[in-house]
Amino acid sequence: MKTAYDEMYATDGSVRESYRSYADWLKTTPAEVIARKREDADIAFHRVGITFAVYGEDAGKERLIPFDVIPRIIAAQEWKRMADGLRQRVKALNAFLHDIYHDQEILKAGRIPADKVLGNSQFRKEMIGVDVPEQIYAHIAGVDLVRAGEGEYFVLEDNLRTPSGVSYMLEDRKMMMRLFPDLFARQAIAPVEHYPDLLLNNLRSVAPANVSNPNVVVLTPGQYNSAYFEHAFLAQQIGVELVDGLDLFVRADIVYMRTTQGPRRVDVIYRRIDDDYLDPKAFRSDSMLGVPGLFSAYRAGNVTLANAVGTGIADDKAIYVHVPEMIRFYCGEEPILSNVPTWELSKPEDLKYVLAHLPELVVKEVHGSGGYGMLVGPTASSAEISLFREKIIAEPAGYIAQPTLSLSTCPTYVESGVAPRHIDLRPYVLSGREITMVPGGLTRVALKEGSLVVNSSQGGGTKDTWVLEGDN
Amino acid sequence: MLSSTADHLYWMARSMERAENTARMLDVTYRMSLLKQAVAEPHHEWRAMLSISGLHEDFEARYNEPSAANVMRFMTLDEKNPGSIFNSIFTARENARAVRGSITSEMWEALNFTWLEMRRISAEGIAEDGVSRFFDWVKDRSHLSRGITHGTLLRDDTFRFIRLGTFFERADNTARILDVKYHILLPSPADIGGAADYYQWSALLRSVSAFESYRKVYRDQITPQRVAELLILRPDMARSLITCMNEVNRLLQELNGPQSDELLRRCGQLHGNLRFGRINDIFDYGLHEYLSGFLEQIYDLGDLINKTYFWSTDQ
Repeated sequence: MKTAYDEMYATDGSVRESYRSYADWLKTTPAEVIARKREDADIAFHRVGITFAVYGEDAGKERLIPFDVIPRIIAAQEWKRMADGLRQRVKALNAFLHDIYHDQEILKAGRIPADKVLGNSQFRKEMIGVDVPEQIYAHIAGVDLVRAGEGEYFVLEDNLRTPSGVSYMLEDRKMMMRLFPDLFARQAIAPVEHYPDLLLNNLRSVAPANVSNPNVVVLTPGQYNSAYFEHAFLAQQIGVELVDGLDLFVRADIVYMRTTQGPRRVDVIYRRIDDDYLDPKAFRSDSMLGVPGLFSAYRAGNVTLANAVGTGIADDKAIYVHVPEMIRFYCGEEPILSNVPTWELSKPEDLKYVLAHLPELVVKEVHGSGGYGMLVGPTASSAEISLFREKIIAEPAGYIAQPTLSLSTCPTYVESGVAPRHIDLRPYVLSGREITMVPGGLTRVALKEGSLVVNSSQGGGTKDTWVLEGDN
Repeated sequence: MLSSTADHLYWMARSMERAENTARMLDVTYRMSLLKQAVAEPHHEWRAMLSISGLHEDFEARYNEPSAANVMRFMTLDEKNPGSIFNSIFTARENARAVRGSITSEMWEALNFTWLEMRRISAEGIAEDGVSRFFDWVKDRSHLSRGITHGTLLRDDTFRFIRLGTFFERADNTARILDVKYHILLPSPADIGGAADYYQWSALLRSVSAFESYRKVYRDQITPQRVAELLILRPDMARSLITCMNEVNRLLQELNGPQSDELLRRCGQLHGNLRFGRINDIFDYGLHEYLSGFLEQIYDLGDLINKTYFWSTDQ
């Protein structure tokens, strides 16, 4: 693997422009001061209880997501281009979702093979002909970006179902300002604290028609879900009720919540439950998490679900390769952000190439997420590779492959001191009556040396993300 | 407010209050057990502690004798005993976790920290000479939670359900603590009014932080009737039954849910009995019988609170 692009240092060892002010500060601040601040951060996060549950292992156990005090810094110009690209991409994805559940123009035009969409298990036939407010499906999108090669950004995946992590973005910033207020006085760093306001406005903007003061709620699978902290955090930050399935009921296609003052109507549900579990009457009948009759109320237009049902078709890894084409088709523009080159194993020639080069490639399950069900060739054992080879041969269409990108690195505190670790970036794009976002997003960092997997469930940590303002 | 949220808030407060009162009850038992009595059957204070908590069956199933060490262990750190301080704090924290969006972050942080400390203490164990310090710690953490609630929370129904839980549990627990004395019978009637009797009543007063108040109010020697009057009928005593029921009654009137008529009627009745009760009548009736009756009524009232506010309110 080639040496990765480092966010802080150029190849000649000089400090990059965007990090100059921070590097000065780091050089002149005693190591003991930073060590003490790192301890403070650890105690504070424990106390606040920013934890997540891990699947498997012993249930109910909570872990802290490691937080690194060295920020990831993005120059103003760079962010502007990224933001334009994100806006364009999410707009096209929403247009695509509306189209395939209505007239299917893009399929008729032959720009995407129809069977790839209509035969995909993520395509929800129940959504055909259902009209949603503002024709928006992915109200909250978490688009994973990575930087590779000479510093070019690539979109790794579009998370359009229930993207998580935004609470860490907010808490990391709060922590950095608490630990290092002087850093924020030294240079202008774009604020992110207004994200909850943007989110609430966005959710209210997609309420069913004729609702003047919509009642918004956050729907969680419950407190043993790995992202429960975030659900509760967001509900509190935007000042709405956090509900689980038992708090809601449907009568005559209207959704109500049970309150101490009797039933109260619900208009917008920011749901953090997967489609399958939303409504045992419409989807999985064994779901204990959902609300019977919810989908019927939704189809009747009496409640808005954010994100909409059926968005999974647009962030499916088999569809991913077609996003640039969607942008051309719906926006009439060339994509600003690039896709990672991708081999589709449903194509015989791609399959042949990938099977011959497994140790160099990253292979992903088409429907997988969260870093599970994935092969990273260069770091995998030969046993893992041969296991994956069998799985691929058994069902080629279930997989895609990509070159192993050398993700950019950022200096990070590790046991031996400060060392470069690979990072990615997840900006959160809000779509409603308009598209909004806060500058930056969540930077995730793979703490293990050489590791490219940044997911928190796989030993990843987070960093505060700074977008510099103005001429910095 | 969501019915489920109200439920969690109420139980968060009840559980923390229970942890505090369990510490108080153990403290009084511990103090009484230090007063050596000539012919008392062994461990009878500890047996009494178990029977007033209603936990003796669970205890007997897993421990052989109600020695001080065993009962202490059972009531403080035993993870299998739902009534242990360990589990009360766990329940308080789990309920808080479920509604952390509805309480202030300071409240959550304090409770979460209490739980983390509880876990640490549990892992290290409590040394015999450390029990009082542990009880003080539990009381301190409960005081802190209540203080933060008062100092930070908006005075809306969230606040009311939390206060409802606190006073409801306290009413129950004060009645039980007062009943401790009944269960710890003195060996012979001749001892009544003697030194042991005096120490038992004063230990009981101290356990509910009422010793100084007693002196201030009565400026006289400690008698059973006055102790009972103080803890049952005095509206200026922070932990008396009437004070708790004044609060419960007022809170239920303020909450005033759409189907709370029967709840208000029953609560008003219980409250009225205390409001217009006389200590002589209570003693004529029998203190233990009176307290048992009160505990039964409190239990029924709790059931009615559940039905009115926490269970499904839709159909």
